[in-house]
Amino acid sequence: MSLAPEHAPTMARQSLLQRLEPHAPALLIAALALAGLALIPALSSWITLTVAGLAMGMMIFTIASGMTLVFGLLDVINFGHGAFISVGAFVGVSALAALGGGAPDADPSALSDLTTLALAAIAAMAATALMGLAFERVIVRPVYGAHLKQILVTMGGLIIVQQLIFVVWGPDEIHVARPESLKGAWTFAGAAVEKYRVMAVGLGLALFLGLRWLMRGTKVGLLVRAGVENGEMVEALGYDIRRLFIAVFMAGSALAGLGGVMWGLYQEVITAHMGGDIMVMVFIVVIIGGLGSVEGCFIGALLIGLLYNYVAFLAPKAALVSNIGLMVAILMWRPQGMFPVVKAK
Amino acid sequence: MSEPLLRLAGVHTHIGRYHILHGVDLSVPEGGVTMLLGRNGAGKTTTLRTVIGHWRTSQGTVRFAGEDITAWPTPRRARAGIADVPESMGIFTDLTVEENMVLAARAGKPEGPRLDAVFKAFPPLRTFWKNPAGNLSGGQKQMLSVARAMIEPRRLILIDEPSKGLAPAIVRSLVEALRALKDTGATILMVEQNFSVARALGDSVAVMDEGRVIHAGPMAELAENREMQERLMGLSLEAH
Repeated sequence: MSLAPEHAPTMARQSLLQRLEPHAPALLIAALALAGLALIPALSSWITLTVAGLAMGMMIFTIASGMTLVFGLLDVINFGHGAFISVGAFVGVSALAALGGGAPDADPSALSDLTTLALAAIAAMAATALMGLAFERVIVRPVYGAHLKQILVTMGGLIIVQQLIFVVWGPDEIHVARPESLKGAWTFAGAAVEKYRVMAVGLGLALFLGLRWLMRGTKVGLLVRAGVENGEMVEALGYDIRRLFIAVFMAGSALAGLGGVMWGLYQEVITAHMGGDIMVMVFIVVIIGGLGSVEGCFIGALLIGLLYNYVAFLAPKAALVSNIGLMVAILMWRPQGMFPVVKAK
Repeated sequence: MSEPLLRLAGVHTHIGRYHILHGVDLSVPEGGVTMLLGRNGAGKTTTLRTVIGHWRTSQGTVRFAGEDITAWPTPRRARAGIADVPESMGIFTDLTVEENMVLAARAGKPEGPRLDAVFKAFPPLRTFWKNPAGNLSGGQKQMLSVARAMIEPRRLILIDEPSKGLAPAIVRSLVEALRALKDTGATILMVEQNFSVARALGDSVAVMDEGRVIHAGPMAELAENREMQERLMGLSLEAH
């Protein structure tokens, strides 16, 4: 293009504030942690609460990442996402019991404990992925493009699955013992840090980095990101977006199942409606992160987790409204969420 | 005479409850550029979208390279060798220029002589190779959109109003690039409102009105006949 102006774009030096602006959401986490440090009297309490908040955030992220991908690519509002959380927890806990994990007389070696847990998590993910396949085909496929119908029909799917859990596992809540090596806490600077929470943080972080690599470093990830923006064009380039839809729906369901296992072991009790209960926080995270954004989802989940734990300590009565308050504040700042995903449609 | 590369016969297309195409008959011969002209709302864009398969054909047949593709979904049509450069350009703004090209080069990486040809036609794409496509200017986005159709061998390239909203200098460069593309033997079906662009590139022409093709013939014939232009489009194309 010889006639196009050839000029080297130059950039005026930006002020510090301008350069920090794109990273503002990530800095919010640091700011929140520092605010907590200032307000919470004892350092040991702050450490305990921060680890608890991060752990909670990571588990919510695990669940919400699947939800945000499904919304971003398929444009489906899946109120049934909670069903996968519950089923994941029940299948995972059953697998754990079948493998002998968590029993007091089990071999206390850490490796076999963690292997058992990993196998249980894989069983939960496999079960929820297959369930996702069926859910997409039977419940979601007829309502692509119709949000109101999606809400109604996926809500119905959630109720059916909850009742099916009653049929299979009975109506009572089930108490769960964590595997031996994940019980108890480490003491650090006078603060008790639960081992399970540290594991949850590590797992969540690994998942985030893995998802990031998948989305940025692989062709499948490129296709998903491209499909979120303009599915029609992805098809016009010759890719079958239907197969991509199904794969993402299954992956999203499996992530919810994994989150369900983690959450169940964290609470040490599982119920058929646990998934529906967590979904309120999951929705908040997906909305404040920016619908379809994995990064936004990650940061949103950590913010929610930290804020909830700090507020529960400082002003217990305000804990329940703190998440809603955070959502309101963030939407006033960035109405499309922290990392808005561009939509061509 | 051999069968044209693309043939639409009696094609009707509905969008929702609107009946847009009312029996389009259109032949695009292999090699060369066929221009689709006509007023706003004549059905030009809908015709292109029906060919790539975004809109379903409610009646009539679409044949491509000797096969009836009327019932084929879009990805299958694309894999058979139809490329789409839509009016909206369809750039993935969240992806880099390189990543856009990676997706367009279905079989592998964008590289080799085809990539060299892209860079030769559109030097800015080399400059901004690693930058998010969303940061490109309008003209550069249009270059990227055309480049995506050039990176793989395609039999038919559909281009919808590439000159729209671009500065004259950019339009001239784009015309040069499209002419180079045409010289490689590619078949192009192009919608264009700018008659000087249409005349510079077009070998044959089809004029649409009210969802039908009302005239088809060589470009030269229409370009020289002002009376015909007036009659077909209700206004002189030179006025554009």
